[in-house]
Amino acid sequence: MATLIQEALETAPAITFEDVWVGFDEGQVLRGVTFQVRERETLVLLGETGTGKTLTLKMAAGLLAPNSGSVIVLGQEVSEMKERELLAFRRKIGFVFQEGALFDSMSVAENVAYRLREDHVPEEEIEPRVLEVLRFVELEQTVELLPSELSGGMRRRVSIARALINHPAIVLYDSPTAGLDPVTSQTIITLILRLRDVYGVTALLATHRLQDGFALANFHFDAETKRVVANAQNGNAAEAARTRFLVYRDGGIYFEGEPEEIADSNDPYLKRFLV
Amino acid sequence: MSDAPFQVAGRRSKEKEEEGISVVEVLSDAAKRSVAAVQDYAQLSFRAVTNLATGPHYFQDTLEQMDDVGVGSLPIILLSGFFIGGVMVLQTGAQFVRFGQTSLTGDVVSLALVRELGPAITGLLAAGRCSSGMASELGSMLVTEQVDAMRAMGTDPSRKLVTPRLLATLMMVPLLTALMVFVGLLGGCVASVFSLRLGAVEFWRRAIDALEFADLMQGFLKSVAFGFILATVGCYKGLTVRGGTQGVGRATTQSVVISSVLIIVADTFLTKISLYLANKIF
Repeated sequence: MATLIQEALETAPAITFEDVWVGFDEGQVLRGVTFQVRERETLVLLGETGTGKTLTLKMAAGLLAPNSGSVIVLGQEVSEMKERELLAFRRKIGFVFQEGALFDSMSVAENVAYRLREDHVPEEEIEPRVLEVLRFVELEQTVELLPSELSGGMRRRVSIARALINHPAIVLYDSPTAGLDPVTSQTIITLILRLRDVYGVTALLATHRLQDGFALANFHFDAETKRVVANAQNGNAAEAARTRFLVYRDGGIYFEGEPEEIADSNDPYLKRFLV
Repeated sequence: MSDAPFQVAGRRSKEKEEEGISVVEVLSDAAKRSVAAVQDYAQLSFRAVTNLATGPHYFQDTLEQMDDVGVGSLPIILLSGFFIGGVMVLQTGAQFVRFGQTSLTGDVVSLALVRELGPAITGLLAAGRCSSGMASELGSMLVTEQVDAMRAMGTDPSRKLVTPRLLATLMMVPLLTALMVFVGLLGGCVASVFSLRLGAVEFWRRAIDALEFADLMQGFLKSVAFGFILATVGCYKGLTVRGGTQGVGRATTQSVVISSVLIIVADTFLTKISLYLANKIF
């Protein structure tokens, strides 16, 4: 395990937040936040409502500029880029919105194919790629349906498929299990886990649920058996994808560390997320 | 120009509210907000126009909007136009009868429809139907994060959502105005034949002879300007919605009110400019 952590630390950071401040007229939401997410790593961002989790994701995607500090994603200073440059940059990352944010006037297939059509990918190439990602999220039977005809969980899965369509290096998840029942939440987490282990994506995942983070930390997708299995104590190649936790409180980072540290913590604030 | 589109000014801080607010502060805040809103509106409109010069262009979206604005508005425009022409003849004819000049009815109705009523009524009806539609559609997209999703996938919302709507409206409102004028004259003709006992040929001859090129240009200029106002106001109100679904409803109402008032105000100035240009150029 120590070797794996060492390997992970040697990889380049995919996302870097350096002394980031952001706020509105109501006051500062984030005050000098600094952290890094390394390649193939999953950073689970925990915090109560209004602590700035979604703002962090939006800043990482360049949808919102910080008041000060720098946000560097895939080696590019996102916080300094102009909107035109950001539009090109955002094609390298996937964003899964809290409620899916599917285009409600388009079918599932059109939603998933949106990015490809924007890139003028030939039509004959679009259909197999759409079916491939919909098969990955186990929704290939819904191609013709409209988002309003899908359940909440299905909409999140289509949103993941849409984010996945051009194989992004980084995927940002905004509370992907919020408002879902435990079974559907587990399906979404399994999907995120498969996405991490099959495609090797770096992920920044905002959530209220600590158990989502533990599931990502303690399980992996076995490509041979095509099943999600618990990590072995000694570790293996498939487990190289590392999961860390970051907890926001009062505009700053309250906790940053490994899953074991947060699991063993007796801190009353951290324990709140276990409920 | 701002690189973070459609981010509107925030609310007052709680600390400030607790400190107590003076009347001057309230008025100055309101003035600042108004100026900021005008600035945001101007930026959005400028971008929507300059997007036409560079790619990517969304022709399919433009065609869909042309169908919605043009074909969708056709029934109300034609129906209103016919009866406005008819009522114009009845009102003016009743006065001309007193002087025995009913033959002038065609001239008056024609000039009024081409110069004034055609563009203004078409603009107001299209504002009620299309500006509100644009505000509610874009507002709903904004509150359900579809606009953010679009940006997250590398699409510029002003190109994808605003420019096609603006272009479609700029092309469709003049066409709708022309149709309204024609149908209005048709309604006027029917009313003059049955009410004033004028000949249809006489009515049309006088209606066409009364028109000069400057009159047509005045009507065209106004219809383009009104199309610009209703599209940009509708899109601006939609893309600056705050307060969820309630905010969408508010933005929809505001878009109709603001675009209608702006159309009427602009009409006065455009009339003055057109008359000045008509004297200088034609």
